[in-house]
Amino acid sequence: MKKVNYRNLSSQLSILSLAILLAFSTFTFAQESGDVVAGESLFKANCAACHKLDKKGVGPALRGVADKYDRDWLYKWIKDSQGLIKSGDSKAATIFAENNNSVMTSFPGLSNEDIDNILAYSSQPKPAPKVPATVSVADNGDNGINQNIIIGALALVFLLLVIMFYLVSKTLKNLKIASGQEIESESRLPLWKAFVQNQFLMLVSSIFMLLVAAYFMFGFFMQIGIDQGYAPVQPIHYSHKIHAGDNKIDCNYCHSSARKSKTSGIPSLNVCMNCHKNISEYTGPEDLAKGYTTEFYNDQIAKLYDAVGWDVDDQSYTGEEKPVKWIRIHNLPDFVYFNHSQHVTVAGVECQTCHGPVEEMEILEQHSPLTMRWCIDCHKETNVDIKGNDYYEKIHKELSKKYGVERVTAADMGGRECGKCHY
Amino acid sequence: MASNKKYWKSVEELDENSSIVKSLQQNEFVEAIPVDEFLGDKETLENSSTTRRDFLKYVGFSTAAASLVACEGPIRKSIPYVVQPDEIIAGKANYYASTIADGFDFANILVKTREGRPIKIERNLLSENNGSVNARVHASVLSLYDANRLQAPSIDGEDVSWEDFESALSAKLNENSGEEIVLLTQTFASPSTSKLIKEFTTKYSNVRHVIYDTVSSSEALDAFNTKYGVRALADYDFSNAEVIVSVGADFLGDWQGGGYESSYSKGRIPSEGKMSRHYQFEANMSLSGANSDKRVPATPSQQLQILNALTGGSVSGLPENIANTVSKAKTALQKAGNKGVIITGLPDVSAQAKVLTYNEGVASVVMDTAKPKMIRKGNTAEVMSVLNGVISGSIKGLITVGVDPVYSFPNNIEFVEAYSNLDVKVAFTMKEDATAELAEFVAATPHYLESWGDTQIKKGTFGLMQPTIRPLFDTKQFQDCLLVLIGNSKTYYDYIQDTWSTSILGGSSWNDALHDGLFSSDVTVENEELPLTEGSEESQSSHGAMSISSQEEGLELTLYTKTAMGDGQQANNPWLQEMPDPITRASWDNYLTVSGADAAEMGLMNKNVANGGLNGSYVNINLGDVVLENVPVLIQPGQAKGSVGLALGYGKTAAIQSEMQTGVNAYTLYQGFSSVQNVTLEKVSGEHEFACVQLQNTMMGRDIIRETSLEIFNTKDKSEWNAMPMVSKDHKEIAVTDPNADLWTSFDRSIGHHFNLSVDLNACTGCGACVIACHAENNVPVVGKLEVRRSRDMHWLRIDRYYSSEESFEGDLEKKEASNGLLGETGVKGTLISMEDPSANPEVAFQPVMCQHCNHAPCETVCPVAATSHGRQGQNQMAYNRCVGTRYCANNCPYKVRRFNWFLYSENDEFDYNMNNDLGRMVLNPDVVVRSRGVMEKCSMCIQMTQKTILDAKNDGRSIKDGEFKTACSAACESGAMIFGDINDHESKVNKLYNDNRMYHLLEEIGTKPNVMYHVKVRNTEEV
Repeated sequence: MKKVNYRNLSSQLSILSLAILLAFSTFTFAQESGDVVAGESLFKANCAACHKLDKKGVGPALRGVADKYDRDWLYKWIKDSQGLIKSGDSKAATIFAENNNSVMTSFPGLSNEDIDNILAYSSQPKPAPKVPATVSVADNGDNGINQNIIIGALALVFLLLVIMFYLVSKTLKNLKIASGQEIESESRLPLWKAFVQNQFLMLVSSIFMLLVAAYFMFGFFMQIGIDQGYAPVQPIHYSHKIHAGDNKIDCNYCHSSARKSKTSGIPSLNVCMNCHKNISEYTGPEDLAKGYTTEFYNDQIAKLYDAVGWDVDDQSYTGEEKPVKWIRIHNLPDFVYFNHSQHVTVAGVECQTCHGPVEEMEILEQHSPLTMRWCIDCHKETNVDIKGNDYYEKIHKELSKKYGVERVTAADMGGRECGKCHY
Repeated sequence: MASNKKYWKSVEELDENSSIVKSLQQNEFVEAIPVDEFLGDKETLENSSTTRRDFLKYVGFSTAAASLVACEGPIRKSIPYVVQPDEIIAGKANYYASTIADGFDFANILVKTREGRPIKIERNLLSENNGSVNARVHASVLSLYDANRLQAPSIDGEDVSWEDFESALSAKLNENSGEEIVLLTQTFASPSTSKLIKEFTTKYSNVRHVIYDTVSSSEALDAFNTKYGVRALADYDFSNAEVIVSVGADFLGDWQGGGYESSYSKGRIPSEGKMSRHYQFEANMSLSGANSDKRVPATPSQQLQILNALTGGSVSGLPENIANTVSKAKTALQKAGNKGVIITGLPDVSAQAKVLTYNEGVASVVMDTAKPKMIRKGNTAEVMSVLNGVISGSIKGLITVGVDPVYSFPNNIEFVEAYSNLDVKVAFTMKEDATAELAEFVAATPHYLESWGDTQIKKGTFGLMQPTIRPLFDTKQFQDCLLVLIGNSKTYYDYIQDTWSTSILGGSSWNDALHDGLFSSDVTVENEELPLTEGSEESQSSHGAMSISSQEEGLELTLYTKTAMGDGQQANNPWLQEMPDPITRASWDNYLTVSGADAAEMGLMNKNVANGGLNGSYVNINLGDVVLENVPVLIQPGQAKGSVGLALGYGKTAAIQSEMQTGVNAYTLYQGFSSVQNVTLEKVSGEHEFACVQLQNTMMGRDIIRETSLEIFNTKDKSEWNAMPMVSKDHKEIAVTDPNADLWTSFDRSIGHHFNLSVDLNACTGCGACVIACHAENNVPVVGKLEVRRSRDMHWLRIDRYYSSEESFEGDLEKKEASNGLLGETGVKGTLISMEDPSANPEVAFQPVMCQHCNHAPCETVCPVAATSHGRQGQNQMAYNRCVGTRYCANNCPYKVRRFNWFLYSENDEFDYNMNNDLGRMVLNPDVVVRSRGVMEKCSMCIQMTQKTILDAKNDGRSIKDGEFKTACSAACESGAMIFGDINDHESKVNKLYNDNRMYHLLEEIGTKPNVMYHVKVRNTEEV
C-alpha cells in the first residue's frame, strides 16, 4: 500500500511542479507586452466562439498570430475586417478566401490596448504535453495485485496455524504414547449420528433450512428482471457528470421531449453539435485513477464527430452519418405505459427523483428498481400539485370535499388503477 | 382347479429338438439384437472417456447454465436520429391532411403518423360529406405496408434503374409512334393529372387516353352527360329528404362512389316527430335495403318496370305486392314534392336519365347537379373498344395505370392471349398483378400515402394528397414518369403547385390548402376532353341499355361490391379479408346469394356443422360460354326470388399471399361491364366451409334491439316503446335500475370523468368503418379463416345483424306473445323453433356491440387473479400481464365481447398476416401493447385515447371541452351514430343522449349497468 501512495505522490508532485513552472513562464511574458490575464478573458469572451489557439475553428488558429502580421494591420482587421477587404488589401482578401469566405465579426469596441492584451495571450508558447496516461493503468493493476497478495498472505498464515495445531496435537499424542499412557478410545456417538437420531431436532432444523432456502429463493426470483444499478458500457463514453454536473446543463436541454412526450428522448446528435461544434477539446479535470484523461475524453468527442460526420479540419459536415447505437438503460416492459410529460410537466417531478443523482454519474446507471411497487408507493404518497392548473381545479375541489381532506394524492386521482398504466 | 391345458406359442414347439425353442427359453429374441450397430462405432464408443454419468452431468450443467443466463435481460439498443426533424417529437403523433384517390375510393383524410410512420387514417373534419372514409379507406394504411408490393421497376422481369426504365420506355414509344396505343387509366379526378395526360397525348398523338372504372358507373355518367353536358355524377344530400325511393341503388354501399351515410343518417334521427321515409326496391340484400323502412325484393327486370311506374308509367305487369308498394311510394313522393328523391343503380342509360328528369322535374332539394361528383369517369363504350381493339389486333400497345384489365376484363382468356402479343405493354402498378405479370415494362408506383397529388372529388372542392412517409421502395409516381417522357424537367410536386397557383388557388395560400388538405373554390378547371372513337356513339346505345328479360329459365344475377373488398384492389389486406360482411357476416369469401325459395327448388343448402361453422353447397354459374366453377352458395333472406347476387373483387391470385387468395373472380361474368346478367346455375357436389361469425340470425322476439315505429314513438308514452324492465321485491314491482334492486353497493362516480359511449341504432347503417378503425387503433390481430370459422375471431367491436322471422320485428313480438301452451305448432316450443329462421323478406337491424363496460361487471367478480377491474372513470380495465387465461370472464360475460388469444398471433408463421413481418408491424400503434398467447382481451374504450386527451389538457392547464374525448370507433363513425364523452359534464352531447327518451341499455334486465347505451331504433312505417 505504501508503494502506491508514493507513486501517486510522485505524479502529483510532477504535475504541481509543471504547473508552477507554467505559471512563472506566463508571468514573465506578461511583463513584456500586454496583460495576459486580461487578454485571456477578452479572448474567451470575444474570439473563442470561432478561434482556437492551436486548432482551426471557423477561423484560423491564433497562436503566434502577432508575429505573422503587422500590429497596425491587425488592429484594422479586428476592428473592421470587411472594410479592410473592401479597401483592396491583398493580405486581407487572401485570408478571407482561405477561410471559406466566412465573415469575421467586427469589433469596433475593442481598444488597441485590448487587442494588445489578446495578442499577448495568443502569443504564449504552447504548453508542454501532459504526463502520459499509462500511469493510471499500471496503478490500477498494482492495486488488484496488492489485494490478492494480502489475501494470499492471510491464507498462508491460516494454513500455517492449521498445520501448527495439527503438529502440536500429533506431538502431544506421540508424547502420550511415548510416556506409555493408553489412548482412550471414547465410545461416545459421533455428533452427527446423535443429531440424526434426534427426530425433533431433525424436524425443526429441516423446517428451518427450508424456510431459509425459501427466503433466499424468493429473494433471488424477485430480483430477476430488476436491473437496478445497470450501467452498461456505451459506444461513446458520455459523462453526465461533466455535462449535467460540472457544466450544469439543464436535463431538458438534451432530453427536451420529456416535457412534451411520453419518452424523454435520447438527444439526436445535432443537439450535441450545438455545443460541440466549438468544443472539440476537453479542458476539465482528469481522473487519472480511472483512466479518464483529457486524451480519453477527446477520443470520445472524436467519436461523436465521426458519427455525425463532422470534418474538424474543414469545419463542415461530410454527410456521412453513422447513427450511434446507445444501449438502453431504463427498460420498461411492453405492457406498461409510462409518460414522462405527465410526471415532468404536470406533476413537476424532478428528474433526479427517479433517475438519481445523474449529475454525479460518470457512467449512467439505473437508479430506481422500476418495479410496480415502486411506482405505486410513490403514487400513494405524492400529493397532486393542483396550483395553476385549470384541469384540476374543479375535480380537486369536489374530491377534497368528498374525502374531507385538503390534499389529494395521485392514487386518489386514480393513479392506482390497473388500466391507467396497462393497456 | 389346475388346468392341464398347454398353450402353444409357435409351431416350432412341435419339434422337440428345435434350437429356437431352446434359445427362446433363455432369451427374449432368437438372435441377439445388434445394439452396438446402431449405437455407432463400437470402438470409439468403448474408447470414449465420456461415461453415461458424465454425459448426464454435462446435460444438467448446460441446462442449468442456459436457464441462469436466461434470467439476464436482453440488451436493448436505442438509435436516435443523427439530425432530428423539427416536426418530430418521439412519442407524439403528427397528423397530415391528405386525400385518397385510388380509382374506387375517394376521400379527404387525416393521416396519423408516429415517428414518421403512418399508423392510422382519420376523417378530415374540415371536409363536409366530401367522400366517405369507409372501412376500406381506414384499412388502406395497412396496404402501404404490404410485403407483396413491387419494389423496383422492371423490364422483362429484370429489375432496372429508373433512368434506364424511362429511356427504354421512351425509345419504345418512339419506335411505335405510328401505331395506336391506349393509355388505360383509373379515374384520377385530378386536375393536374388531367392536364399532364393531355400534354402527354399531345406529344404522343398516337396515344389515346381511355378511363376505365373497374366497377363501372358509365350509364349514370352517360345520362348525366347528355342532360347537363358534364361527365360526372349527381350528388345527393339525403338529410333534406322526406321520401327516398331507391330502385336497386345501394347508396349506403358503393353506389356511384358511395359516401352518403352521413347525410342519410342525419335525416334518420327523429327530431320534432319527423324522419325520412325510405323505400328500397332491390334484388340483393344491401346495406341500403337493410336500413330502409320498406324493402321490396324485386329482380332487376322488375326494377326496370318499377322505375317506369314511379316516373309516370303504370304498375301493370308487376306482382301485386310490389305494385301496391310502388303506388304507395308514388303517393309518398307526390306528397313530399321537392323533398322527395328517386335514385337507381340499374345499369341502363334511359333508367338513369328518367331518374334525373324526375328529380329535376320536382326540383328535388336532395339532388345537386350544379356541383356534381367527379369520382367516376369511365366510359363502357370506350373500354369495350379497347377490349375489342386489343383482341382484334388494331390496338398495338396498352399502357395501364392503376387498373388490372387482365384480371378484371370480362373476356378474360381471349384478352390475355391478345395482350401477350401486343408491341407495347406497360403497367404502372403497385403490385405485380395479373397485368404486370404479362407486361414488358412494369413501373412500380408508390402507395397514395407516399405520393403527391390533387383531386377534385366534387366540383368546386379541391383536395391535396401529400406523402406522409418516404417511399418504402424504389418507386416513382406515374405522373413523374410522364413528365420525364414529355421532356419536362419538373417534378410532379412542382407541376401540381403550378397548376394550383395558376388556375385554382387564385391568390390563396398553398400552405394553407396543404395544411387543410382541401380548398373550396368556384373555379372551373379545364377538363381533359376524351375524344370518342368512331362509331362509339352507336355502340354506346347498345351498351347503355340493360339487356335483361325475365325468362322462364335462369336467374338474374346482380354483381355487387362488398363493403370490405370493394373492387378488389386491396385484396391482400388481411384486415379487410377478415372483416365480416355487414349483411351475411361471412368473412374471407365471396359467394352466390340465393333466395330461400330458389335454393329449395335447386336443392341448395346451408347448414351449421358440429364445430359451429357454416357450410354451403357449390354451384357452377353459366353465362353464355363463360362458366364460373365451384361458387359457394349462401342462402340470403330478402334476396328476390329469381335473382342471385355475387360480389366482385375476389378470386385474385397474382401478387396475393396464398391465405388471401379467397373467393371466385366474378369479373368474368361482368359482360359488357353491366352489373346485371342472365345466368343459369348448376348444382355441383361438395360443401364449402364459410367463415361466418354469426349463426343466430334472429332475436327470437327479445328486445336486444328495441325497435318501434315513428307513429308509436310520436304518440305513445316512453313506457310503451322503451319500457324499463321491472323486478319484484317484497311483492312490489320496481325498476331493475332502482338502487333497492341492486345486489351491489354502487361506487360513487359523480366526481371526475365518467365515460359513456352512445350508439344510436337509427343512425347506424352497419357500414363497419368502426370495426377497421378499432383494428388499427388497438393492434387487434388477424386470425385467419379457419380460426374465424371456429368463432375465435378477435374483433373487439362487432356489428350484430338481426333478421326478423316475420315480416317485421313487431311481427316477431306478436307471434311470441300469441304462443299458447308448451307444445305443438302454436306452443312456445313450436313458436320459438319457427322463429329461428329469418323471414323471406325480413326487416334487418344492426347493432354494434363492444365491451359494455358494466359498472356491475359479471366478468370482474369471477376473475381469480383480479386481472380485470373497474376504473373510476367507468372503464372495465383489462391488465393483460396479470391474466392467466382461465377464461372465466368470457364465460360469465352476457354480451360475449371478450376475446381470447388462443395462439400467439404476432411473429408466428402459423398466422402469417401483418404482424408476422417487419413491414406489416410498422402499422402497430406504439401506445397499445400487442397481446400474447393465453390472455383475454377486449375493448378498452380506447383508454389510451382518453388518457391522452386528459394529459394534453393537464399539460396545457385547461379543462376539457365536450367533443374532445373520442374512441377509435366514435371518431370513425361517419353517420354520427357513435358519440363518446363524459356524462359528468352536464353540457355534453353524451349527457343529453343519456337522458334521451330513446336511451336503453343492452340486456338491462340483468342489472349490469353498462356504460355503453343504445338508442331505440325508430322505423318510419307510416304509409301516406
